[in-house]
Parts: sequence; C-alpha cells; structure tokens
Amino acid sequence: MTPPLNRRAWLSGAAGLALAGCDRVTQAPATLSGLAAVERFTESAQRRVVGRHILAREYPESAISPDFRANGTTNPDNPDYQAHLASGFVDWRLEIGGLVEQPLSLSLADLRLAPSRTQVTRHDCVEGWSCIGKWKGARLGPLLDRAGLKREARYLAFFCADTLELTFDGTGDYYETISVVDAYHPQTLLAYEMNDRTLPVEHGAPVRLRLERQLGYKMAKYVMRIEAIESFDHLGRGKGGYWEDRGYQWYAGI
Amino acid sequence: MPRPDRPLKNGRVAIYRHPILVRLTHWITALSLGLLLFSGLQILNAHPALYWGEVSRFDRAFIAFTPDAEGRVFPPWLTLPAAADLGAGRQWHFAAAWVLVGSLAVYLIYNLLVGRLRRELLPGRAELAGVGRSVLDHMRLKFDHGARRYNVLQKLAYLVIGVVILPAMVLTGLAMSPSLDALLPLSEMFGGRQSARTLHFFGAASLVAFLLAHVAMVVAAGPINEMRSILTGWFVVRLEEKAP
Repeated sequence: MTPPLNRRAWLSGAAGLALAGCDRVTQAPATLSGLAAVERFTESAQRRVVGRHILAREYPESAISPDFRANGTTNPDNPDYQAHLASGFVDWRLEIGGLVEQPLSLSLADLRLAPSRTQVTRHDCVEGWSCIGKWKGARLGPLLDRAGLKREARYLAFFCADTLELTFDGTGDYYETISVVDAYHPQTLLAYEMNDRTLPVEHGAPVRLRLERQLGYKMAKYVMRIEAIESFDHLGRGKGGYWEDRGYQWYAGI
Repeated sequence: MPRPDRPLKNGRVAIYRHPILVRLTHWITALSLGLLLFSGLQILNAHPALYWGEVSRFDRAFIAFTPDAEGRVFPPWLTLPAAADLGAGRQWHFAAAWVLVGSLAVYLIYNLLVGRLRRELLPGRAELAGVGRSVLDHMRLKFDHGARRYNVLQKLAYLVIGVVILPAMVLTGLAMSPSLDALLPLSEMFGGRQSARTLHFFGAASLVAFLLAHVAMVVAAGPINEMRSILTGWFVVRLEEKAP
C-alpha cells in the first residue's frame, strides 16, 4: 500500500521555503542596519518631543494592582545573594563606582536616609501587560551628586545578582545601562519599598531601579553595584544590557 | 491633476480616477500595513491576552489566546520575523509605523488640499439615505462598479479606514509608549493603556476584514479595470454616465 500523500508535510515544506526566502531578506545585514538606524531616529524623535523633565503619570493609591506580576528571575540562586537574603541584607552594600570622584558603599540604612521619593506609577512590560505599583526609594540623582560624576560619564551600568542564562563568559548575568540624563530624572529611584512594604524578593530585593518613562526590562532588580561609564561596548555583548544583548531595544520609551 | 477623459470604443470612456499621489500612497500604505500586521502578531505572541482598563488584571482577561506547545499563538508564517523574536518584531513594527504615518499624512493632506476628500469620498445626504438599499444590493451581489463615482458604501468604507481607523491605529499605538504617555494623556483618551492595546488589536482585525472585502470587491467588479486604475490612474466607465 502506498502511503497517502501527506498534504500537511508538503504544505509545511512549501511554507518553510517561503519563510527561508523571507528570512534571507529580514536577516540581511543591510536590513538589520537600516532597522537599527530607524530605531535611533525613533529614540531621538521621542526624546526631542518628550523632553528630559516631564514626569510619568502618577496614580491614586486606589489604582494599585492587586496582582502585580513579577517577571524574569524571582529568586536569584546565587549563593552570595542567598546569604544576604538569609541575613536580611544587614551586610549588603551598594557600591557606586566607576567614573566618580568619590566611590560610595551604601548600606540599606544609608539608602533609607538618602533623599527619597514615593510614587504610584504604571509598569509597562515589553510583552504588553501593565501593572500599577507604589514605589519608595532613594532618588538616583542626589546619590550621583554625592559620588561626584566625572565629566566623561555618559551612562550608568547596573550589575545585578541574577543570572538568567548560564554562559561561560558571564554574559548571562543581568545588567542594564541607562543614560546619565535619565538617571537624573526625578522619578528615577533605587526602590527599596513596594506598596508600603519592604521590596519583596520576587520584585528585586533589596533594591531595584525605577525608570518610569521606559519599559520594565530597563528596571534592573537585585542591584548590587552601579558604575558610571563612558561607553557600554565592553559590557556583556556590547548592546547595553542583558535583554539588549538578546535583541531588545536599548531605548525602551516605546 | 484633472485630466480630460479619453473616449474609447463601444460607448465607453477612460477617466483619470487616481492621481499619482493617491496611487503611490495606496501601495506604500498597503506595504506598511502588511509589515505592521505580521510584526504586530509577533508582538502579540509575547503576551497573547487582552484587557480593558489601565492595567492587566491577569485573571480577568477580556480575550486570552491559547498558545501551542512552542508557546506561540500565531505560527511562523504569520509573524515577522518568522522565529519568535519580540525585539526584532518591535523594530519592524516601529519602522513600518513611520512609513504608515508618512504615507497617511501625504494622502490626507493632499486629498484635503485638492478637495478630493470632499468630492470623491464625502457622501451627500441623498446618498446616505440610500445606504440601506446599497447594502441590500451588495448582499444580492448587485452593484454598479462601472460608474464614474464611488457608490455610498465605497465612500464610507474608504472614509472610515482613512480618516478614522488608520489615525486611531497610530494613536492607540502611541498610547502604549510609556514615554509619550508622560507627555500626553494618550492612554486616558482610550480608557487606559490596556484598553488602547485591545482597541489596537480590534483596529488591526477591522483592517484585515476591510482587506478581504476590498480584494473580493476588486475581483467582483472587474480586476483588470480596477488594477489598471490603481496602477495607471485610468478607469474605464460607460459613456452615458459622463454628464454629472
């Protein structure tokens, strides 16, 4: 008996060929560099239109989501982090270094004494969902003033305790970079409280970044060290963040 | 620019229906909408659930699609790029959106300036009164596409797509940008960011429905005449309808 003609296999073969043709166009270096150029144009257009200082919308407490989703790592399995967690972060220090006049080493208590801000804001995930939460944290700008940013500093790099992908060269460690301009935005915080409680582990304890006018993946959780840098070419795979190294846009305002 | 009619044999006449800017923007818009649809489905694959309001109440999704074993709702042949790649999908989507915005702006400004929007697309009172009859006629597959002017359903369809749906797609898209939401009350305008996202999806669905009807009507009304007119501008009508 001859096997029946497998129409599905034939169709998927044909579709595969068509897709391979599409991929040849969509993966061509000229296409990719063109798309990257448009992305930079979108960023500069947005930054020009929106400006540096406008605040993200803030909401009444009644708008706080009861089911704020925790994405990415929800409990870093790194032993140092686990030890800090077990001791309630008493020995934990946030290092602020790199291109600064005076490197800082701050305990959680130091951070709580620093100029703070409380805000109820909407968190937009790149995937498409949104949640509203209340955040309290130390404003990043005054901390950077205390450390004294050197003139060459253009970006701030956040190094985190979570590893999303095990790689030999450490490029699976979560890190993120933001511009100095965004770091000085009044709503940019190192948040240690969420919804009036100590920041929960799944949301980045002891400290997570809040960068309210951009998407969630910019707001690094489990921040351990901050470095002022001139360029992020040497970090990870050179795109400015864990997710940026895997294809997300460095500018996440859209 | 208006061009004189060209009389043909057998009581027909070729009229210059589509000026060059209309033909150009038609095809550029069509191309950009194709890219936007397929990259949009790539983006929707990342979180295939829709909500009403400002935020996502995950247990109260308005629509939740069920992904397959590979975590996809829309298969590779419906997404741009084919592989699951949210970052690349977003890059294509925002690049194509610029093309759409440019093309739509040129189309709308040109048609307003030369009065074509009003002359060709705005239906008169008498025509609007005849909508019911026109719908019935279309349902009986009785329609006159050899006429000099668009019929009332065509006018309404093109008007709604060009003046309502496409601008609304741009605005609901921008309403999802956390940065632009800081500047303008865009998400509030649509009842919240998640509402804007849901409306963006329905807008896309209505554009797909329009595309299907549009292509079906082109085929039904004489694909050669219709394609000639959108490629060269010249559309053949019966001579006796010449005097308006």
